[in-house]
Amino acid sequence: MDPMEEIRETFFQECNEQLGELETGLLHMQAETQSADTVNAVFRAVHSIKGGAGIFGLDGLVRFAHAFETTLDSVRCGRMVSTPTVMLTLLRAADVLADLVHAARENTIFSEEQTSGLIGELTKLNQESAESSLQFATIVNAPAPTLAPSHAHNWQITFCPHPELYAKANEPALLLRDLRRLGEVEVMLNASRLPELHQIDPDGAYLSWTIILKSECDEASVRDVFEFVEGDCDLSIIAMPVSTDMPDEPPAFFEGFEFFPSNPIEPVPILPTNEKLEITAKLDNSVAKQDSATTATIRVDLERVDRMIDLVGELVINEAMLSQRVLEAGIVRASGVAVALEELENLTREIQDSVMAIRAQPVRSVFQRMPRLVREVAAQTGKQVRLLTEGESTEVDKTVIERISDPLTHMIRNAIDHGLETPEVRRASGKPAEGTVRLAALHRSGRIVVEVADDGAGINRNRVKAKALENGLINADATLTDDEIDNLIFMPGFSTASAVTDISGRGVGMDVVRRSVQALGGRISISSKPGIGSTFTLSLPLTLAVLDGMVVTAATHTLIVPLGAILETLQPRANDVHPLDSKVRVLSLRGGYVPMVDVALALGYRSEAIEPTRSVALLVECEGGSQAVLLFDTIQSQRQVVIKSLEANYQAVPGIAAATVMGDGRVALILDVDSIVSTSRAESPRIESMRAVVTLMEAS
Amino acid sequence: MNKTVLTVDDSRTMRDMLKHSLLKAGFRVLQAEDGLDGLEVLKTEQPDVIVTDLNMPRLDGFGFIEAIRRHIDHKSMPVLVLTTEVDSEKKSRAKAAGATGWIVKPFDPVKLVDAIRRVAA
Repeated sequence: MDPMEEIRETFFQECNEQLGELETGLLHMQAETQSADTVNAVFRAVHSIKGGAGIFGLDGLVRFAHAFETTLDSVRCGRMVSTPTVMLTLLRAADVLADLVHAARENTIFSEEQTSGLIGELTKLNQESAESSLQFATIVNAPAPTLAPSHAHNWQITFCPHPELYAKANEPALLLRDLRRLGEVEVMLNASRLPELHQIDPDGAYLSWTIILKSECDEASVRDVFEFVEGDCDLSIIAMPVSTDMPDEPPAFFEGFEFFPSNPIEPVPILPTNEKLEITAKLDNSVAKQDSATTATIRVDLERVDRMIDLVGELVINEAMLSQRVLEAGIVRASGVAVALEELENLTREIQDSVMAIRAQPVRSVFQRMPRLVREVAAQTGKQVRLLTEGESTEVDKTVIERISDPLTHMIRNAIDHGLETPEVRRASGKPAEGTVRLAALHRSGRIVVEVADDGAGINRNRVKAKALENGLINADATLTDDEIDNLIFMPGFSTASAVTDISGRGVGMDVVRRSVQALGGRISISSKPGIGSTFTLSLPLTLAVLDGMVVTAATHTLIVPLGAILETLQPRANDVHPLDSKVRVLSLRGGYVPMVDVALALGYRSEAIEPTRSVALLVECEGGSQAVLLFDTIQSQRQVVIKSLEANYQAVPGIAAATVMGDGRVALILDVDSIVSTSRAESPRIESMRAVVTLMEAS
Repeated sequence: MNKTVLTVDDSRTMRDMLKHSLLKAGFRVLQAEDGLDGLEVLKTEQPDVIVTDLNMPRLDGFGFIEAIRRHIDHKSMPVLVLTTEVDSEKKSRAKAAGATGWIVKPFDPVKLVDAIRRVAA
């Protein structure tokens, strides 16, 4: 990649981090838990974005960030008090800043109108604070020194450094060298103030110079040479009439300056550097950044990590194969080989866990986006909402993080729009006008659990039931438990809001949320108490690289059924099986009927359907909450398998989600429950490609 | 022997950008994330010039410069500060702390190198 492109990419990555810090900091400020550190961090975030934006010529972004930063600076210096009004403006500014960064990244145009209003507000806040402030700073614009006309071609410069000049590591010799770039110079040293050696103060300043410069440059160029030392020396620059009797030869003492290299440093080719790895060792310090304990971090290409995860997957498989062989060879468990193998097994597991941990990231990046969403939805619905977040540092696989953002967004919208009541209603029922939405993440039995809880009115079960009845989702005589009624909201095409609102009624309901969660191997559930609130609980696997599966047999073929999809295991009884037609049979289960799918038949392993009573049935949950019964010959075991993508190694196959390699070295297919149920439900002829892949797997 | 420049900035973008421009101009580049980190680098390195940002966590540019000027081995090390715009108040504060000169951000790679050469012996 072009180095500038790479830096640009870094810039945007860094912007996102800074925007996160900004959001967190502002919320701390709002909650009045701020310290000087918080305000400083907030200021720095905006300042940093502005600095980077300047490099890439993102003028709109620079202008906005500048106005924002100026206001923050006033707060930082105590000139402005962070009243709720000020905080709201700052939070809105943070939102606009995020939009501007996004627009810059996508190279889209962000209209000036959208920012100019807010810039105006920020400026106004600033002016007000400046006026009311006691520390009113008078800005005196010193009149620009009148510059002598440039036709004067000679300059007499007298230069007398003060000790401060040396203390700041400035060097008269270098200034004289710079003057020489402007033209011919004649330098006279005045050493009359130089004391005896024993009286010299090493930090003192004793020398001064008078320089005659023959040059066509103007006074500004001469002053420019002394730019850094202004105030640390006596300097006079006087234009002199061009005289013809200037000595052509420089005086002898000038030779002394010759040893200063005046030739510019030779450019060298850029060294080939592997800069992908940025090692940032942070020192432990009491004023260290919030939450950043003593950590050393390295940045590594994701591809490398994934390659390693893949290899570790292979290692796990190989280790399992080896164990199998050892068992087959009849080696006793107490033998040295078996014991060493067991140690290898433990080690392999540990390596696997550690490697998975590399891909793990805190959910903070997703959680940080939510306060803004809450503000927007609250503004749209006229509700007062406070967002509480817990467990931001809970870690989960990067891909899981990327994919839970949408469902979470939807759930939070839903919680505010449907869950929380309006301030008036809340007050009337004796609750605080401000509703609370709690977003929490935690680890529970090898999975990550994310909860979205509101303290609203809870699910109106009568309305839900009426709605479900109206939409034909349930029968009029159905007796449902509270739990079952609550879960109706996950049914496809269900929407409780009597008027479809702009907020959550975007044509997607909770069924979409459920489907995307299931696609990740997760589950979603709800619990609700009338008048107290509702809690949605998401449970997701920590990684997408391994899967907990039930190992089953279908017509001598080994298959894996994802454990997350299985509700229960059954042994069908003959009088519960009812044929619908020659092909489709249903199982009567607790008063309802569930379609049965003979997996071996559906995958083309055999042409005759298995007798359900002689098979094992797994009740599974499919897309949209519907249920089906999958029939297999036997259940072998339950185990964790390493997922091998079928798309990456072969091609996508309907009914099959992925593959894995078993301990005995055979390839086993992982069922895609949704797909296999819907395929056989549609009674479509068994797909040829499905057979093709099966043949392929057998050949391997 | 190429001259060595130590850049001190908490922004990765700015660090990358400085490094890119300085390597291109033939300098050897050392990097630090903030003042404390910079002092850490100075324990083992003697750069010819230091270029530092002012606003940084933990130890800011002003404190960093003051620490350098107090140190017997580093007190004559030229230090250029990066100021975002012509901010006279910050500039004079940096000057008072002992900054040798300044570079105005957004920096122009030519001016950056020019400023470094101005103060590098």
